Amino acid sequence: MTVLIDIIKIVFIISSILTTVVVLVWLERRISAFMQDRIGPNRVGPFGLLQTSADVVKLLMKEDIVPKNAFKAIHDLAPIISIGVAFSTFAVIPFGNTIELFGEQVQLMIADVNVGILYILAITSLGVYGLTLAGWSSNNKYSLLGGLRSSAQMISYEISMGLSIIGVLMIAGTLRLDQIVLRQASYIGGWLPAWNIFLQPVAFVTFVVAAFAETNRLPFDLPEAEPELVGGYHTEYSGLKFGLFFLAEYANMITSSAIITTLFFGGWHFPYIDSVSISPFLLSLLQVGTFCAKVTLVLVFFIVIRWTLPRFRYDQLMNLGWKVMLPLALANVLATGFVILLTQ
Amino acid sequence: MASSRQIIRKKDLGFWEKIYIPEILRGLRITLSHIFKKKSTYQYPDERFKPPPSFRGRPVLVEEHGTERCVACGLCSRVCPALAIEVQASETELEKERYPVKFEINMVRCIFCGFCEEVCPEEAIIMSQEYELVFNNQEEAVFGKDKLLIPAEQLHERLEFLRQYR
Repeated sequence: MTVLIDIIKIVFIISSILTTVVVLVWLERRISAFMQDRIGPNRVGPFGLLQTSADVVKLLMKEDIVPKNAFKAIHDLAPIISIGVAFSTFAVIPFGNTIELFGEQVQLMIADVNVGILYILAITSLGVYGLTLAGWSSNNKYSLLGGLRSSAQMISYEISMGLSIIGVLMIAGTLRLDQIVLRQASYIGGWLPAWNIFLQPVAFVTFVVAAFAETNRLPFDLPEAEPELVGGYHTEYSGLKFGLFFLAEYANMITSSAIITTLFFGGWHFPYIDSVSISPFLLSLLQVGTFCAKVTLVLVFFIVIRWTLPRFRYDQLMNLGWKVMLPLALANVLATGFVILLTQ
Repeated sequence: MASSRQIIRKKDLGFWEKIYIPEILRGLRITLSHIFKKKSTYQYPDERFKPPPSFRGRPVLVEEHGTERCVACGLCSRVCPALAIEVQASETELEKERYPVKFEINMVRCIFCGFCEEVCPEEAIIMSQEYELVFNNQEEAVFGKDKLLIPAEQLHERLEFLRQYR
């Protein structure tokens, strides 16, 4: 029975990620168009919503080109690593509180791992292999440069990402993501939700910056920087394999938005709902909806930032990572420790 | 020369600029405000661009009282930098005495410079506001008198513009 439930949850999560990616690509194109005083895709389907589906069909029809001296096996493997990593991170993210279905307690997360955050950090660090191997196996200087940049960038930013999470963990006292969310479902002074964004603003900033760098989004999209590196690591990819990279990029965006929501915006916590009497089942649905709404807002923030800030230069990126973000995250850990020591 | 040019670069950022986050918010305010602004896109086949009278579309011959103004002097043909215009003159009983038997503009060659219009002593060839020119082959692109002649009433905007500014 539990296996069946798990399978249902996995299918639900993967299909909802895929659907979200389709809508997200459309949303990104529409928002970017509106920010540039254009209209954007609005012909295929209502408001152009089916534009992405049409593009997917086009990508599937395209020829798969592999460069002459490329390492074929690794060239094929790289997008699979990317997409696998992008999807498997979502396994430990709670998208709702426990729900009672057909007399059974169902926890709304796929895997209840007791080191949830460590799992996320470990899996997202694997993502760099996809990009680096793609860049290396393509036998193309631009791809190689993109791959090198991505490995340097990801390693630098993973450190500040991990350190900024430590502050959150010190407050929560646990690595379980569902416990971290539950910990945030209280109030400071009786009215302000105890979300970690209010308790750990510095950690929030450093984590969001690191998340941008980890997902290769502008202003940190150096691995694919179109004006300098043609397409970066995916220069030599076409057809379905390019589609996989594209899908992985957006799936990563969704995953990191979900992580940001879970760690800093109280996950599925709907503020002030506990003062209203509501049936438990409806409440659970509402919490899932809240989670989705929060993730959507973070995603929109991702998109809006992309079309607002210019790309960093490589040395600026490294300076920011090592000279600003790392000390900031360290100082945050120290300050949090002091405060916890004093208040206990 | 190049060395004497001075590049002024503002290096000393203020404290709030160095913190970067207020500046990001400022940038976000600008980009977000554009979301609600009027869009400059024309949804082309449904919604067409109406050019101003100063627009140089395809050259046309002005038709007045059922006949063309052109007296077949051939100046347009001489001035045309792309050699797109071909005129053959003949005599007529009308007051103007000469008229073009054949007047052809090769629209593949035309570069829309408007020299023909400028040089014309009779204001007989002018640039219209039409810009949708599609052909399937080279022969179709040679516009004869049948396609070039347009009644003056339809061209009054451009004629008015020429009267004012030429």
